[in-house]
Amino acid sequence: MRVIVDRALCDDHGQCEIAAPNVFRIGVDGKLEYDERPDPSERDAIEEAADACPLQAILVQE
Amino acid sequence: MSRVVVVGAGMAGLRAAEQLRASGWSDEILVLGQEPHAPYNRPPLSKEALSGMGAEDPQTWADKLAFRQRPSVADVEWRLGTEVVGADLGARRVTCADGTEVGYDGLVIASGIRSRRLSIDGPAGGRFTLRTLADAVALQPALRPGARVVVVGGGFIGCEVAATATAMGCRVTVVEPLSGCLQRGLGDLVGGLVQSYLSGYGIRMLTGRTVRDLHPVPGRPDRVGSVVLDDDTVLPADVVVEAVGSTPNVEWLADNGLDLTDGVLCDERLRAVGRSDVVAVGDVARFVNPRFDEVARRVEHWCIPTDTARFAAGSLVRALHDLPDDRPRFAPMSSFWSDQLELRIQSFGAPGLADEVTVVDGSPDPCALTDGLIAHYRRGGRLVGVVLVNVPANRHREQRELVSASCPG
Ligand SMILES: Cc1cc2nc3c(=O)[nH]c(=O)nc-3n(C[C@H](O)[C@H](O)[C@H](O)COP(=O)(O)OP(=O)(O)OC[C@H]3O[C@@H](n4cnc5c(N)ncnc54)[C@H](O)[C@@H]3O)c2cc1C
Ligand code: SF4
Repeated sequence: MRVIVDRALCDDHGQCEIAAPNVFRIGVDGKLEYDERPDPSERDAIEEAADACPLQAILVQE
Repeated sequence: MSRVVVVGAGMAGLRAAEQLRASGWSDEILVLGQEPHAPYNRPPLSKEALSGMGAEDPQTWADKLAFRQRPSVADVEWRLGTEVVGADLGARRVTCADGTEVGYDGLVIASGIRSRRLSIDGPAGGRFTLRTLADAVALQPALRPGARVVVVGGGFIGCEVAATATAMGCRVTVVEPLSGCLQRGLGDLVGGLVQSYLSGYGIRMLTGRTVRDLHPVPGRPDRVGSVVLDDDTVLPADVVVEAVGSTPNVEWLADNGLDLTDGVLCDERLRAVGRSDVVAVGDVARFVNPRFDEVARRVEHWCIPTDTARFAAGSLVRALHDLPDDRPRFAPMSSFWSDQLELRIQSFGAPGLADEVTVVDGSPDPCALTDGLIAHYRRGGRLVGVVLVNVPANRHREQRELVSASCPG
């Protein structure tokens, strides 16, 4: 599984971190950091994060 | 094969289809939606899409704003441009505007809400609302630089339109019947700060005032030329935006014994009260959130279609497969955001229920609002909501968890 965030769209809402804190994190600078190759056990949380992103910037690839 | 029919092809309709699949529903799903477009994202319609799209045709807007759909819904049948006009829940079927009847085993009500209009006659030209893509496409060309825009209603949509139109060079007045803008959502204190901030950009705020009359442009009886308020103030207007709240789309469900006062009353499993084979999701659903109290309410926040769909799909699939449902009660942690000029307002919980507001970080000064403000909202002493203005997202989780801890549900 691969996670891609479209940086051009991302507007640092932080909703992804709330849904999947092991994969997405808002750094001290307020900018998004994330794990591109997360553990498969995170799948549900990542899908929740993709749903919750107001900019729909998160893409989950198989 | 059995079939679930979803009425409404907005965000809630899409999320319901996806969550039915995620809950193990592998039989037919049919979505009936009145708008001609695939489900799209509404928040940009009052923000960046309104100012940024230019004169592109509606399909271009629809393509840009369309939700990405999960691969699991590739085999879902979408009948767009199809309005459902009636339902017989006893016989398990709905009727479309063209007379077609569609039977179902399970029904998802996802028909959302529509903009209310001012109940004032008068010229129709120059009057707008903002709910759908078609509304935004119609409004956008009227927001020319220099245009005199009167926004009726100072709630979130009204203030966002006012902010966007100002950024587009319009001269904007907001008319709000309450004593301040954004009061219902943010309370007097923070609502007042945002209102003063917007005034600083030249938006004229007329609060405690209602619209009495709409007068035409002299010689053009079909075109609005001015707005007359209850205190006889006359506001010349090229554009009137009616942002005066919404009405749930429930007429098609009449005569089935459902409680349709302000949306569809749901039980704690999001089933329409009295029906195990019918659930409601999104803006149209009225439900109790045990985190806060036992009063059923509709919640018009963007997170709600997703949260309700996830839970309701589980309820419906369990009912249709005769499986027990031992999940805890539905208790979403609602959140809301709003963008107005350089402000990003973010809320968690239910600030609208509070009786006491304290600023815990930042200063309650409209000029300092862009530097960041955190307000805590209490009801009977208990924290029920937080509002963050221009606070970087690295503090959002911690603030949300405060509400989660005091309102565990
Ligand atoms: C301009 C605007 C800006 C917003 N900004 C924000 C924001 O910044 N932050 C935030 O948290 N929320 C925001 N929201 C709220 C958020 O977009 C809504 O909560 C969300 O769209 C609700 O989705 P829904 O699917 O429940 O309802 P809707 O989006 O109303 O969808 C319902 C669909 O059902 C269709 N339908 C209705 N009746 C029938 C029928 N009889 N037969 C067939 N189809 C039918 C309708 O045509 C519609 O397409 C905003 C909303 C608007 C309009
Ligand atoms: S929720 Fe979306 S916009 Fe917000 S930080 Fe995550 S990816 Fe970016």
